Amino acid sequence: MSENLKIGEIIDVNTTSFSAECVKLNEIPSFGGLVRTPEGDRDLYAVVTYATTSSVDAGRHPVARGNDDEENEMIFKANPQLEKLFRSEFTAVVVGYKEKDRFSHHLPPKPARIHYSVYDCSDEEIRAFSEDLSFLSLLFNTNENVSTEELVSAVIRTCAEASDDKEAFLEKAGRELARLLNRDYMRLKMILERIRPQEDR
Amino acid sequence: MDDSIGVIVGGSLSGGITAKLQNGCSVEDINVGRYVTIQGRQKKFMGMVTDVGLQVTDTQLTMSPPDSDDDFSARILNGIGAYGTASITPYLLIADSDRGNLEVPEPVKTIPSHFSKVRMSTDAEFQAVFGEEDEKRFNIGNPLDMEYKLCLDIPKFVERSNGIFGKSGTGKTFFTRLLLGAMIQKSKGVNLIFDMHNEYGHAGTSEEQGKVKGLKQFFPGKVTTFSLEEHALHSDGRVEIDLEDLEPEDFSILGRTLNMTDLAVSATYACRRRFGKNWIREVLRISQLTDDENDEKENLLKSEVIAQGSFENMVRALNKINSMGYINKTGSKSNIVNEIMSRLIGGVNVVIEFGRHSDTLTYMLISNLLARRIYDRYRDLTEKAIANDTAKPIPLVITIEEAHNFLNESLAQNSIFGIIAREMRKYNVTLLVIDQRPSGIQEEILSQLGTKVIFLMDNDRDIDAALSGTSGKTALRGIVAKLASKQQALIFGHALPMPVSFRPRDYNDSTFYRDGDEDESFDDIFSE
Ligand SMILES: Nc1ncnc2c1ncn2[C@@H]1O[C@H](COP(=O)(O)OP(=O)(O)OP(=O)(O)O)[C@@H](O)[C@H]1O
Ligand SMILES: [Mg+2]
Repeated sequence: MSENLKIGEIIDVNTTSFSAECVKLNEIPSFGGLVRTPEGDRDLYAVVTYATTSSVDAGRHPVARGNDDEENEMIFKANPQLEKLFRSEFTAVVVGYKEKDRFSHHLPPKPARIHYSVYDCSDEEIRAFSEDLSFLSLLFNTNENVSTEELVSAVIRTCAEASDDKEAFLEKAGRELARLLNRDYMRLKMILERIRPQEDR
Repeated sequence: MDDSIGVIVGGSLSGGITAKLQNGCSVEDINVGRYVTIQGRQKKFMGMVTDVGLQVTDTQLTMSPPDSDDDFSARILNGIGAYGTASITPYLLIADSDRGNLEVPEPVKTIPSHFSKVRMSTDAEFQAVFGEEDEKRFNIGNPLDMEYKLCLDIPKFVERSNGIFGKSGTGKTFFTRLLLGAMIQKSKGVNLIFDMHNEYGHAGTSEEQGKVKGLKQFFPGKVTTFSLEEHALHSDGRVEIDLEDLEPEDFSILGRTLNMTDLAVSATYACRRRFGKNWIREVLRISQLTDDENDEKENLLKSEVIAQGSFENMVRALNKINSMGYINKTGSKSNIVNEIMSRLIGGVNVVIEFGRHSDTLTYMLISNLLARRIYDRYRDLTEKAIANDTAKPIPLVITIEEAHNFLNESLAQNSIFGIIAREMRKYNVTLLVIDQRPSGIQEEILSQLGTKVIFLMDNDRDIDAALSGTSGKTALRGIVAKLASKQQALIFGHALPMPVSFRPRDYNDSTFYRDGDEDESFDDIFSE
């Protein structure tokens, strides 16, 4: 599985999450996507919760580069040095790990390792990991800048896309959420509205 | 496989326990009256669903439910954020870890612990509790929503007086006929049936199928009918009564029906004392004396302190009775009580058919009078048997309809039926009372009834009365109120380990009576 794409390198670590710098500017894993990083005998799994792109040199304020003829991608073509002046980073919340081919959906005993690689997960991996949805509860306690409802619904949509039966998956996820949020109906409702299958809308 | 429908989440022994429905079981799958088995840690219980409800974990849900077109959310919430509950009254302990399955289930003294699994009771569990058809047990129908053939232990049933209640047209008569058939087959006793509307003897009528066979056609050798009518078809004899057999007690019971004042009723006692057995004839004769010969009447009124008005009131009542077609005018003594007695003692069931005389006055008069005299004989026989240490007379069950006429608060104390009901078969006589309005029956009598069968009733007072003296009354009340308007009933009490709501067997079911070659003809119990 490790043949899938390396997308970043870890630059900041704590028990519940890590941050990584993207291998390439603007090639950021999707919000709510599942990523993996090796840690000793384990593979840690994490959900992308936040991303930024900013100057490499923190003191430098970017200025607009476009003009009437050049915009978007053309700006980069015209100024190849730009690729070096900026970097993309993302934060991921750890939601479980695999050890000896077995998935656990809770926090690993040890955090991720600095400078280790982060890989995007394949659909197959996502399917395998998301068979058990109890990891969703770990997402409710993140104090990221994004609303939990947005985050949770994004994860569920990601996993649903990877699943064999999207509708069944959404229903299963919905029921897991209903159990987790049985005292907080308004929140549940907001998430359900975000993951509702298209044809049901 | 987990076939549970939910888990116990709360409750008490006195108030019943609550199950949260799970495993995709919806409240819509569960009807009140259903039986459930609850597997506790050490004990297994059987109980009845007495109510179902809807709950939410967060009250917000009731305030802003999912949009009506949002099936997705509704499906998800169902069973989790919004779930069904079932209120269950536990009745029996059917197994425990020390003793395994109990041979005889015991009444519950505790309840299953938290999170015990609840599932629908199986036919096999039912059978273990209620038994199978055998020489004692008779299949009376199916528990609602179940295949199991509900069996009633007939000898146990007839140990006590019993009641069948329900509003008009619910199936009381049809079920009673079934029970009587069962008693004729499976009890050691004998029946005396006061058949107000000619429904039990030769044939009965059905709203749907015209005529249906009566008991006599099923048990030709074991049932005789006597009719109040002169030339009744299919009747084995005529009921005629002698004026001499009427006692003041009869008038104290019939007083209201005969429009008699209390003073007029007291006057009957005075006249009986004065004139002896022939009192009615004497009074009627005196009342017809001309003005010239009036000394005798004045003498009577004066010495017995009877007011003129009361006397006239009494005479009107006596005249009314005397004009009835079933008063013996032949001059020779009626032998009806002996005839009935000899049949009963010989184990032959007797149906008294009222035919055209189905008015309350006649029904009360005749049943009181016959029952009183037969009961007297029974008492003598029993006392003699006790004194001589010989066998007591064959147990007798007397069936009466519109029982509140005899057993209401003001009459129950003195009427013969009140006495029988209260005595609890001291002299081997019990009652089967049928009534549309149990609230009219004295409460003491109601609480003496051993087994009760309740068809649909919509008057709360009647339901309360029929359930009086039963535990878990509130729970059962809900069940009675939800019965179908025909052929569904709740049966509970002495003869059953726990209450069951059931559908009485179809009376035209050809499998109706099966056992015993002699009863072979009962097989084809179809309308004629
Ligand atoms: N077990 C049964 N099998 C077949 N038909 C039945 C049965 N029970 C009731 N019925 C139908 O319902 C009708 C009414 O039943 P039934 O005469 O027993 O009512 P009831 O309770 O005695 O009424 P009432 O109080 O007016 O005497 C019957 O005529 C018959 O058509
Ligand atoms: Mg009837």
